[in-house]
This record gives sequence, C-alpha cells and structure tokens, in this order.
Amino acid sequence: MAAVARTMFEKIWQRHVVVNRDDGNTLLYIDRHMMTDGSAAAFARLRARKAKVRRPDRSFATPDHFVLTNSRLIKDIPDPDHRRLVEQIRSNTAESGVTLFDLGDERQGIVHIVGPEQGITLPGLTLVCGDSHTSTHGALGALAFGIGSSEVTHVMATQSLWQRKPKAMRVSVDGTLAKGITGKDVILAIIAKIGAAGAVGHVIEYAGSAIRGLSIEGRLTVCNMSIEAGGRAGMVAPDDKTIAYVKGRPFAPKEAEWDKAVAFWRTVPSDEGATFDRDVSLNAAEIVPMLTWGTSPEDALPITGRVPSPGAADAAKQDGIKRALEYMDLVPGTPLDQVPVDRVFIGSCTNARIEDLREAAQVAKGRKAVIPAWVVAGSGLVKKQAEAEGLDKIFMAAGFDWREPGCSMCVGMNGDTGLPGQRIASTSNRNFVGRQGRGVRTHLLSPAMAAAAAVTGRFTDVRKLLA
Amino acid sequence: MEPFTKLKAIAVPIDQANVDTDQIIPARYLGKPRPQQVEGFFHDMRLDPNGRPREGVTLNNPGYAGAKIIVGGENFACGSSRENAVTVMVDHGYRAFIAPSFGDIFFGNCFQNGVLPIRLPADRVARIRVILHELPGAEISIDLAAQTVLGPDGKSDRFEVDPFRKDCLLKGVDEVALTMGYEKDIAAFETKQRQEMSWL
Repeated sequence: MAAVARTMFEKIWQRHVVVNRDDGNTLLYIDRHMMTDGSAAAFARLRARKAKVRRPDRSFATPDHFVLTNSRLIKDIPDPDHRRLVEQIRSNTAESGVTLFDLGDERQGIVHIVGPEQGITLPGLTLVCGDSHTSTHGALGALAFGIGSSEVTHVMATQSLWQRKPKAMRVSVDGTLAKGITGKDVILAIIAKIGAAGAVGHVIEYAGSAIRGLSIEGRLTVCNMSIEAGGRAGMVAPDDKTIAYVKGRPFAPKEAEWDKAVAFWRTVPSDEGATFDRDVSLNAAEIVPMLTWGTSPEDALPITGRVPSPGAADAAKQDGIKRALEYMDLVPGTPLDQVPVDRVFIGSCTNARIEDLREAAQVAKGRKAVIPAWVVAGSGLVKKQAEAEGLDKIFMAAGFDWREPGCSMCVGMNGDTGLPGQRIASTSNRNFVGRQGRGVRTHLLSPAMAAAAAVTGRFTDVRKLLA
Repeated sequence: MEPFTKLKAIAVPIDQANVDTDQIIPARYLGKPRPQQVEGFFHDMRLDPNGRPREGVTLNNPGYAGAKIIVGGENFACGSSRENAVTVMVDHGYRAFIAPSFGDIFFGNCFQNGVLPIRLPADRVARIRVILHELPGAEISIDLAAQTVLGPDGKSDRFEVDPFRKDCLLKGVDEVALTMGYEKDIAAFETKQRQEMSWL
C-alpha cells in the first residue's frame, strides 16, 4: 500500500507530537523558543510558580521592541518602565542560562531577523516566540508561530504547547515576477486577494514557481505577513537555496550532523499529490508594485490604481471603507501616485534584511530625499554588512537617517513614532489605526517603493526610477 | 485561575470588522505595569486627541455600563499577539466575547485568562448587535457547560467549544501544572528526538 501523501505542515506536526488526546488536542514539542524584551512578565510568572526554563539550550533572546535606534546604551532609554524591561531580559537570561544577543553585541536585532541569521531557525523544526510575526521563520521550512505571554511561560516550563491542529492552505504563485517586483508586493497582493481573515485557522504553504524563484530573504518577507492574512503560520518548502542559506551559520549543524540534517531536510517538502484544505493561486506576471491605502493590510492596491470609493463596495464593507478613508484623509478616485508623503520608514522584521537595504539603496543612489526618511537595519550584522558594502554612505549622501537596529517605527513602542496627521510610507507590516503613533497614517510598501517615495515626496511607481 | 461556568451580563456591541489588538490597547501602554495599562483600554477609539469621549462609540454609552460581554465583528482582535489585549479587557470586567471569527492568537490567549471567546454565525452575531444597539443594557446569558448563548431576544444558540479548553475553564485549571503532569511523555519525546534529530 502506498503511503498517504502528506503536506510539509503535516510532516512537521506529526514529528513533534508528544501526546495526542482523544479530544483532538495535541501536546506539541517546541524545538526553538525565541524571546524578546517583552518576556519579563512571562519570566515573572515562571518565577512565581518556582519553575525553571526547561531547555535553556533551546531558548534564545534579544531585546528589540523597547531599544533605542539612536543609542546602544540602556541608560539612555528615557522611559524607566522600558529601561527596566531591557535590563530584565539581561538578568532573566543570565539567571536561566538562555543565550542572549544583548545591546552592544553585533548579533542583537529584531528577533525574526536574528533567528534565521544565526542558524537558530532550521528546516523541519518547530519554533515559537511571543510575537505574532514569528510566522517569518517558516520561510526556511519550519513550523513557526506567534504565541501569547501565558503560552511563553508554558513553553519555558514545559518546552511544549497544547494545540489543535490548524488546517492546511496552499497559496501558489506561478510565473515570473517582473523587474522591480519583490516579496513584499507578492504578499500584499496575496492579502488583498484573500483578505485579512482569509487564512484564519490555517497554516499557509506558499508554493509555485514565483515563490521558488524568490531569494530566502524574499520568502522571509512573504512568510512574515502570513499573520496579516489571519494565518497561524506561513511556510515555504526547503530547497537548495534554503540549505545554502543555512550552511555555516553559527547555530546550524556542523560536519557529520550537517549531512544527517540535510538528508532529513530533503524529506520535509510536501509529497506530490498531498491535499490541502484550501487552495488559492495567483499569476506572478500580474503582480505590480503594491501599497496599502487603508487601515487593514487587506486594503492593498497596485501603485497604478486609485483611492477606492465606498460606493463601489458591497454594503457590509462601505462603512469600513468610509471610516478608513476618513482616518487616512484620502479622497476617492485620487490616483495613488499623486498622494503626497510626509515621512519614510525602511525597517522592521518584514523588510530590514540586507537585500531590502540594497534594493532601497539602489533607488536612493545619486538622488536626494525630499522628506525625512529613516533606515533601521534589522540587526547589528545586517548593519555591519550594509556598511561594508557602502550602503550607509549612499543613504546618508541621499539625506536618509542611518540608525541602530530594533523594531523602531513599525510598532513605536520605543518612542519612534510619527506625529498626528503625518502620512508615512513604511516597509513594515501593519497599517492599523495609530500603529505608528496616534493619528499617524501608515501606507505599507516595499523598500524600493519606500525609497522612491522618499526621493519624490509622493507615492511613485519605482519601475519609473529603475528604468 | 478563576473558573468560568455561567455568565449573565450586559453586552456591548462593536460593529467594525478586523478590530485589531492595537485598537484594544495601543502599543504605548504595553511597557507599563498592568495597573497602568487599564487606561489604554480602546483608548484612541473611545477618546479624541483632546481626551474627550467620541460620539457614537458604544463603549462610551452609559447605557452599557457594567457590561461584561463584547459582541464584535469578523476577525475580532486580529493582529499583534499582545496578551495585554485580553488582560486589559479582563481588568475592565469583561469575561466573554462573541464574534463570527477571531484572531487565532487572541482566541488562544482568552482561555489562558479564564475568558470565553464564542464563535457564532455572522448573521446571528449581526442580529444580536442590532438588538443591543436598540436596547442598551440588554443582557446575554452564557452557559458554558450546556454550550448555549441566550440572546437579548430570548433566542438560544448552541456554540462549539474545544472540550479540553471547556474543561479547563469550568474547573479553572492551571495549564502549566496540568502539562507538568505529562513530564514522562515530554522526557520520552526528548530521548527519541535526540536519536532521530541529533543536530537539534
């Protein structure tokens, strides 16, 4: 009898079952636990119950949400509550034996940039973090998802989580992406198609020739925003590119263990004929540079489009569109490439890897920013690499601000926020009301599109600048 | 954890779809100690930039004072994993949420805090919200053991809930303690994994 064809998700899930209960719940083993400076409450809960981190060797931490991007010194953090959180990650990891990439260490950075960069994230494993963008790590063929703070304590204490198995969904993007089209445009096009709740209860596998054609960094961007489509996780099958990416990274397996791991990773992709609960497909050739106009990531349109009119939508959606247009201060029918921009943010776990900075620098090179523009590298190592390539000089010559790694203006927890009414072109992942500061209007787009907005002062089809 | 069995309480409607956890508690409150986070509860949705209550916001309507249930729209509490979105609502007295669908992480976080999220069909949830708008202060009764929601119109709906989560809520089970009871299984898994996936 032939074995049943299984999806990649199914294979990884089955490999990590500790206990299956009759009521449909599984105690799932967690191979890697990433922590941020948001972990203090979880450590306090662990201490209150006199428990210990069960597997400090499987746990890694770095401060990112509350760190400053203009100083590496904890004492410079003006808010005493924030300062304490960044101090506590140091004391908590020291006490528990968890590996820390601390402020001042070049390996520090945004947790979802650090994991893949250090080889902590590997194909076929399970990884969690108390942050919704943990879906990023799935780009290497891992099952990775965000959890709440109580679950963080649970993983600390037991290295496992109670889960009901999500459904499997495949999003196929086939064909060839046009020049200037990036992973960010692909994921915004996907979310626009399936909606912000389109993948609730599902793990997404991104497949198809256009996804295979993306670099690992492009795949990380795509998987990062799975949560913005409601997905529990996002993943891409590991292939030669994945294995080449992982090889030689500090926490990746070495020598004989490497060969064993690679042999296993080759078995991780979905079997031919595996069935998914849902299948969605997109034509890569139709994807053009995208940006969001509203207050949900599903409000994404091609740069060639116009601000939508509530009247054109079905009745149930009209109120939401009206509300979004009012908050965003946009007039229906306005061509998107005529909307002026006040400020630019290039950074975040979505788009602060080296390729992102290269794409933005290519547009900035020899031009001048006409509005304030920030570049916040995703990690100290990304920053160092960019400086070795001279990207920092290109950005600074173009009038961009070159800053220290952290989550920064994606979420503004560290105080990096816009002013009320400002319109920001941002490479981050959420355009929610107030996300980048009270009253701030966020438009999501790719690093190249963000740089194009910086040098023109309005949303601009980057293909015109790349010609 | 405090058990959840039955709840009869005023319910407040929030009509918008995709209400994200950044709306429930803006990021600027997350670095503060929990008692100070209370102020962040739907702060920017409730208050204008001058701190005055916005008109037409149900959460500002005194008719819903004392509500313990929120009846929301599609994809309620999507976005960020911040568990503070649950705890800030708990600290304002809320114990149950009814919506057609929820953000997955929020849904899981509810059970960790003794709070019940209930999925009902979209048309039924919309109908309940209409009634609640018409009759501020109307009550909803929830019986977790029987898995029923008695609406303000006297109509009863059955809801689905995971049996494990239900049991934990009814008994107020401490999940970490429960899982520690599986220590032998976890240790056995680790021994097997060391052999099969020695590179980890």
